[in-house]
Amino acid sequence: MTLQIESRTPALDDAGHPVEELVLNVGPSHPSTHGVGRMIVHLDGDVVVKVTPVIGYLHRGIEKMAENRTYLQIVPLTDRLDYVGSMYANWAYCRAVERLAGIRVPERAEYLRVIVCELQRIASHMMSIGSSAADTGAFSMFIYTFDVREGVVELFENLCGSRLTYNYVRPGGVSKDVPEGWTDDVLAFTGSLGPRLDELDRLFFGNTITRGRLKGVGVLSPEDAVAWGASGPAVRGSGVNWDLRQHRAYSVYPRMEFDVVVGERGDAYDRARVRLLECYESAKIIEQCIAQMRAGAIMTEGLPRLLAPPVGEAYDHIESARGSLGVYLVSDGSERPYRMKVRSPAFCNLALLPLLAVGHTLPDLVVILGSLDPVFGEVDR
Amino acid sequence: MNGFVWGLIVGLAAGLLIAIAALIGVWWERKVAAKIQMRLGPQEAGPAGLLQTLADTIKLVLKEDITPNQADEPIFRFAPFLVFVPCAAALAVVPFATGWAPFNIASSALFFLAVPALSVIGILLAGWSSRNTYASIGGVRGAAQMISYELPRTLSVLSLCLLAGSISTVGIRDAWRWWWIPLTAVGFLVYFIASIAELNRGPFDLPEAESELVAGYFADYSGIRWAIFMMVEYGGMVAASLFGAALFFGGGLGLPGALGAVVFVILACTLATVMIWVKWTFPRMRPDQLMGLAWKVLTPMALVQLLVVGAVIAWL
Repeated sequence: MTLQIESRTPALDDAGHPVEELVLNVGPSHPSTHGVGRMIVHLDGDVVVKVTPVIGYLHRGIEKMAENRTYLQIVPLTDRLDYVGSMYANWAYCRAVERLAGIRVPERAEYLRVIVCELQRIASHMMSIGSSAADTGAFSMFIYTFDVREGVVELFENLCGSRLTYNYVRPGGVSKDVPEGWTDDVLAFTGSLGPRLDELDRLFFGNTITRGRLKGVGVLSPEDAVAWGASGPAVRGSGVNWDLRQHRAYSVYPRMEFDVVVGERGDAYDRARVRLLECYESAKIIEQCIAQMRAGAIMTEGLPRLLAPPVGEAYDHIESARGSLGVYLVSDGSERPYRMKVRSPAFCNLALLPLLAVGHTLPDLVVILGSLDPVFGEVDR
Repeated sequence: MNGFVWGLIVGLAAGLLIAIAALIGVWWERKVAAKIQMRLGPQEAGPAGLLQTLADTIKLVLKEDITPNQADEPIFRFAPFLVFVPCAAALAVVPFATGWAPFNIASSALFFLAVPALSVIGILLAGWSSRNTYASIGGVRGAAQMISYELPRTLSVLSLCLLAGSISTVGIRDAWRWWWIPLTAVGFLVYFIASIAELNRGPFDLPEAESELVAGYFADYSGIRWAIFMMVEYGGMVAASLFGAALFFGGGLGLPGALGAVVFVILACTLATVMIWVKWTFPRMRPDQLMGLAWKVLTPMALVQLLVVGAVIAWL
């Protein structure tokens, strides 16, 4: 499926003749398409006159596969949606199931979910900033952000045994309680995070070349951001204060004190920097959660092995690292969902690419794509 | 000795020097980059991984030398040598010792500035003959970039020619005085930045910009021809460092024999290490910013340097 933006007039040279365009195929195997993205780029000299994202190279039919699995068996499928933020898809799906089946989740499980998702946000944003840096050629920065991410991944490994696909959040709670000393490890991580982020901020965002490369590139106006359904750092970078964690506060977020980071100009620099600053806020939330969390059950008592929610439909969404991640479920009363649909923020944000990239040069195109932070597992599903 | 035979010997020696420089340079770059990135770098092959590059070279030589179907075959196969030869030729006029360079020609400073610039033809042809959009863009970018950075680089060396009253590299080195360092600091900065840009190294590696052009003008090359392009990068780095150390820092002038040579080599290695450090720290610039830097910043800086040097000479 391709997305066409046809409302453009062909570029004309000084004599009024249409300019011969250079067609460049970028991807699906290319160093900076963030996975298997593909773009057909029309260039006039070095300037992009048209860009067509081509998606579907990572389509595995997860939504269709879900129709043949029980509600519990679908959780590992959701891991494979946004593979740098598996916890979010787990949680968004579980919230939809819980809404559908009317399950109440124990408080400790809610705290654990918030902790892992905020840790996941740090990991995901580090990945995004790192690959944005690698897109501009600062490869060492990529390693530094991955070093921070590694801290999160190790915490997750200790918690649930996996480094990438966690299968941790389950309908009714979470799969395991924290191992001994884990919360101390988390606090040690968040405690050391501030200085490390400060260093990354100075190294990358303080660099003159970075500023030259990212500032003023791919400017997204607040009106366009809202009209095109952008969410997450893509919409907040444009100065729109919209965060489900505050404006549709779910789980234990109403008890948390944190700021929603918003940018000013809506360019690639602001989008990337919003991600960095959100990591500080995530650390604050994690520390509050650990302070407030009390011992207790981590899974709802008396859940049947095979969930069979009553006939009906449910939609629930959470704020993932990429934006509003929603899962829509339809139940026909059996133990398998009749239909599952994922509202993918990565997909919606990727749709902005033609809007943002036209008029910029080829190197900017790569930066703009990186600033939208697409994860093709979630785009293609 | 017959000039032709001497030329052959120097040519072979230059080729050998570049090969050795590439062998050690790649290892050193990987080690420095690893240090910057909190890694270990190569360490299995030989002591501290010193033989890693050798192993890689053997692998590259054994690999199939692919010529794409669409490529213009003769030009495609010849282009790497067009890039390599000018780079090696530059080494013929390095003032290795007091009063001595392999080829002591009267206008060797011009030779050193002009001849490596010829490799732009090889880059352009490599990009063009690949019949690959990425390679073409890379080749054109390379041409634009190298021609732009010729100017500030030449102007910065011109200050030295003025100070020494000679356009021979040997003459400049022999006339070198310590107070040239503060006097030509700006010129050296221009020379250093322009040299990195000439070599297409980060943060100016636009012709081979990995994140946009995959590998730019040598995207379609494989095996030994690819290795030649890589060797040129290190050969160019050696040449730029040697000339920088010899012309701007005197290259250990006045120190007795071996000590002078050691100081010269250390100076050159320091410059090369700074180049590596810069590459692994900074992001890449955009083509228009790169041109802006050359024409709006470096060229005026080099001109001001030239004026200052001229004023100092008039005052002396």
